[in-house]
Formats: sequence, C-alpha cells, structure tokens
Amino acid sequence: MTARTASPSVAKAPREERYTFDNERVLGPLMLAPAIIYIVALVGFPLVLAVLYAFSTATAGDPRIDSWDDFVGLRNFRAVLNDGVFTKALRNTIFFTLASQAIVIVLANILSQIMLADFPGKKIFRFLVMLPWTTPIALSVLGWFWIFDSVYSPIDWLMRQMNLLGPGTMFGPARNMYWLGETELAQGAVLMIHVWRTLPLATVILLGGLTSIPNDINEAADIDGAGFWRKLFYIRLPLLLPIMAIAMLFSMIFTFTDLTVSLVLTRGGPVNDTQVLSSWAYFKGIQGGNLSQGAAVALFMLPVLIAIAIGMLRLARRGAND
Amino acid sequence: MATTHTPESNVKIQDISPTRVKARRVAGRGLLYTLATMFALFAALPFAWMVLTVFKTNEDLYNPQNNPFIYNQPPTLDNLRLLWNDTNFPTFVANTLIVALLVVIITVVVVVPAAYSLVRLSSRWGESLGMLIFLVYLVPPTLLFIPMTGIIADLGLQNSKYAMVLVYPTFTIPFCTWLLMGFMRNFPWEIEEQAMIDGYSRLQAIWKTVIPIIIPGILTVIIFSFTLTLHEFVYSLAFVQASSDKTLSVGVFTELIRGDAYFWQSLMAAAAVIAFPVAFVYNMFLDRFVQGFTVGAVKG
Repeated sequence: MTARTASPSVAKAPREERYTFDNERVLGPLMLAPAIIYIVALVGFPLVLAVLYAFSTATAGDPRIDSWDDFVGLRNFRAVLNDGVFTKALRNTIFFTLASQAIVIVLANILSQIMLADFPGKKIFRFLVMLPWTTPIALSVLGWFWIFDSVYSPIDWLMRQMNLLGPGTMFGPARNMYWLGETELAQGAVLMIHVWRTLPLATVILLGGLTSIPNDINEAADIDGAGFWRKLFYIRLPLLLPIMAIAMLFSMIFTFTDLTVSLVLTRGGPVNDTQVLSSWAYFKGIQGGNLSQGAAVALFMLPVLIAIAIGMLRLARRGAND
Repeated sequence: MATTHTPESNVKIQDISPTRVKARRVAGRGLLYTLATMFALFAALPFAWMVLTVFKTNEDLYNPQNNPFIYNQPPTLDNLRLLWNDTNFPTFVANTLIVALLVVIITVVVVVPAAYSLVRLSSRWGESLGMLIFLVYLVPPTLLFIPMTGIIADLGLQNSKYAMVLVYPTFTIPFCTWLLMGFMRNFPWEIEEQAMIDGYSRLQAIWKTVIPIIIPGILTVIIFSFTLTLHEFVYSLAFVQASSDKTLSVGVFTELIRGDAYFWQSLMAAAAVIAFPVAFVYNMFLDRFVQGFTVGAVKG
C-alpha cells in the first residue's frame, strides 16, 4: 500500500515524458476502460432493464420498451402476487436458504477442523470433499436425480432389503419412496443438495480464517490448560466470527439465487412445492415468454442481495480498519 | 472428543499420565477418521454413483430386484460408445470449447490492463474500485437472465453460442480482475521502473517486465474463466434452445433426457466425463479462489 503510493512520484521525477502513454492520467483510465465498459453495458444496463421490465409489457416476442405506453405500473406485481405459486416460491426460497445455511455453518466448522489435522491421504480427501463445489452443478445434480429415481433408487433398494419398504412394512405398502414426488421428501432433497453444494465453499473460506489465527494464542491457551471445547468457544469462534460471517454471506447468495437445483432435480415440483423465486422467474419469463412478469418475480431477490452486499462491505471495512 | 474438567488455573501437565494421553490420542484419531470418511462419502456419493452406473448393461440396471451396488452382469463400454456416436454430445463438447476459448481470450485481454491500472496507476481509490468490481461478480445470473434474454434477442443472437461468448465475461471479468489484483499487490515495481529508466516506454516496460512475472496470475485467470464457463448453466438455458449451439451443462440436461425415456448410463457418463477433469483443475487452483474471496474481507 505505502510502496505503491510512493513509487510513481519517485519514478516520474527524473524522467521527462517521451511517450504518449507514459502519462499515467491517460494510461490509467485507458487500461481500465474496457472492463468498466463491459460491466456497465452488460451488468449495469441489464440491471436497470430488470427493474424496467418488471413495470412494463415486455414479452419474448417483443422485448423492446420503446414508449411510455409500454409501462403498466404495478400490474405485473399484482398478477404475480395473485397466483398462489409466487407465495410458495418466496417461502421455499427463504426456507431453503436459512435452513441450509444453519446446517452448513455447523458442518463447515467440523469439516474445517478435520482439514486442519494431518493424516494420510489428505490430498485425496480434500479433492473428494471439494467435489460438490468444483464440479458443474447442473451435472452433479443429475447424479442426485438418478439416486432419487422413482423406481431404481438405491436408497429404496436398501430399505427394501432392511424390510422398511414394500408390502407390510413401516414405509409400505409401496415398493418405492418416490423421493421427488412427495412434498416433504422433495423439499428435503433440495435442502440437502444445497447443504452439499455450499459446504465446501464455506469450509475453505473458514479454513483461510483458521490458519490465520496466530499460533501463540493457541499455545498460550494450551499452557493455561484450556481444553478443546473451551478453546473452541472462547478463542476460535470469537476470532472466527468475521470470517464465518463472510462464508455465510457468500454461500447465502449462491443458495438464495440458485436456479439449477430446483430446476434439474424437481422442475419445481411436486405441485410447485420446491419452486423458488429464480425457478419461478424462469418458468414465467423464459418458458412462458412473459419477460415482464418473470422480471417482477426475480426482482424480489434484489432487496436481500443489496442487504447482503452492504453487510459484506461493512465487514470488509471493519477488516481494513483492524 | 474427551474434555478435561480441570480448572484452567493451577493445572500441571505432568499430572496427566502417559497412558491417558495415549488413549485420548487414539480416540481422537478414531473420531477424526470416522468423521472424515463420512464427509468424503457424502461429498462423493453422486459421483461414485455416476461412475458405477456408466458401465452397467440395460438388463442389469433396469431390474429392481438386482443389487444396484454391484455389477450383476459384466461391465460394458457400450454406453460410452452410444454417448459419443449416437448423441449430440460431441457437438456440445465442441461448442463448450469454442465458447470457453473465446471467453478466456476476452477475459485475459480485458483483465490484465484493468488490474494493472487499478493496482499501479490509480491512487487510493484503486483498491476500493477493485472491491466494487468484485461485488459485480456476486450479481446473480438469475437476476439478470430475463433482461439479458431481451438484449440477446435484440442483437439477433438468440440460439447462438456467441450469445454466451458475449455474456459470460460479465462474471469472469469482475472475478478475474480481483484475482489478478491480488497477484500484483506485492509486485516488485522497481524492476519496471528500472526498465523505464533504461529508456523503455511504459507499455514496453509492462510487456518486458510485468507480463513475464505475472504469468502465474494470468494462468490462474485462464483456469478460472475456463472453469466458470463450464459451470455456467442459467444463461445458456435461457439463451439457446437449438441443439447445434448448446453447451455441455445445458445439452446434457436437456437432450439426454428425452421425455420419459432416460439413457441413464450415457447421461451419467456425460456428467462424469466432464465433472472430473473440471474438478481436478479447479482443485489445483482452489487456494487462489479462496484468497480472492477472503482477501478483501480479512486483511483489507
């Protein structure tokens, strides 16, 4: 930081500017321009458009907003709020996000402790536990989809072997559980996959924080006779709180806005019981061609995202001041 | 894990007998291995199931009486042949490689000067602007995909793989700029200054001194823009309905499931064949990824 602010002035002093691009006031903005233009044109503009669409009549056949006549006020929001699916989607989104993150924070603390230890085969272990995050989610959910198959699910087979499933058994008389066909089971499956998917991310972020705890604090605690739990609750957790918040905020964004799990696994079913905001926006806006109503649904994600971004900036500023 | 109930003061380490220490260590190791195995199984389960499925014959797979955890009939390679010869899988692979290559090129060309400018040429606000650019990465595709579909239609790019080439840099550029800034923060700028004192222009100095030294950073940028492209699903689902221009993540999902007829083995083969190499590469660079996520937050 200090070196950077000091060096340009030192460098500038002895040299006259022989080349046009040696002028930092010209070169700096020029080199940054392509990135800024890309972001403004293809993130900033669509973001504005997302809001405009929600108040307009845009459809897939006629996506343009040319005149004031294309704006219809709150009509899209009224239409969206009046179909029962939206409320379900909103409730499910909140439920999946909060429940999965509550589980993830507990599991991530355990898993990061394991990854701090040394044991044979640790590299392979790391490769395996990171798989849910490092593989494309659309492909890995297909693996779960097959595991939860209505006829050939290996879980069902195991349950039949243990006499838990089939005629005259606890979960019988059906020979299959129909994991993705029953409301509670399908919701449980989606929830579990969200946990499965974001656990590695939360863990590695946490691990970054854990390894930055100075060792002498641990040693001092050892000498004072603090046991594992005491060290966990009085030293590690308080020191880790900011980084845990970061891990949570990141994985919350990914869970809250995820479309893939609900779409690939259940297509929002059964009867929209695993529908989330993003999947409902997809079905309305893209499959149904009603861009404006889809945009209205998706827009309900924005307040939460802004809140998360503010939380993140605050944490970053606190980290910078410490 | 065993806890000690000794009061925190006055504890004498010698009081703990060697056998107790040993017993505790064995118990601790046992718990560690048990938990580690459980986590690994949970994480790898769908992938293990994919691999097991790929080599099964139809008669083996589609019999609910068969034990699904073993091969009741000898394993076969037919499903891989079917995937490669009789589906659009090769097209998806080709499309994905074309899209990824172009996205990587755009990303590198935009990101290297941007990161240099933010770290080297802008004073105090460079770091804050870099942080803001990184936050753009967190704007989710599910918020933007609907207006983006309108823009793509307006540009006449619907059903074209070039729609993805245009749009994917919106998340690779923010992420990779931030990543590369991390590489440049500790750069020994005296080298570049020396080159300029020796008579090179700044652009020549960047080319001769900065670029060669940040090659590892550029390599990381290439890897992540490549893997993020392969991971992407939402935009390609929204933009492309024509098989000829589909990429892997959407093509495998939409085309290998035909109505109610599933080609489970080939479907699993497609997923596994792509997932493992991506995971392998990603895993090698994972630490860099995490640093990108935490640097601004932890150290500022």
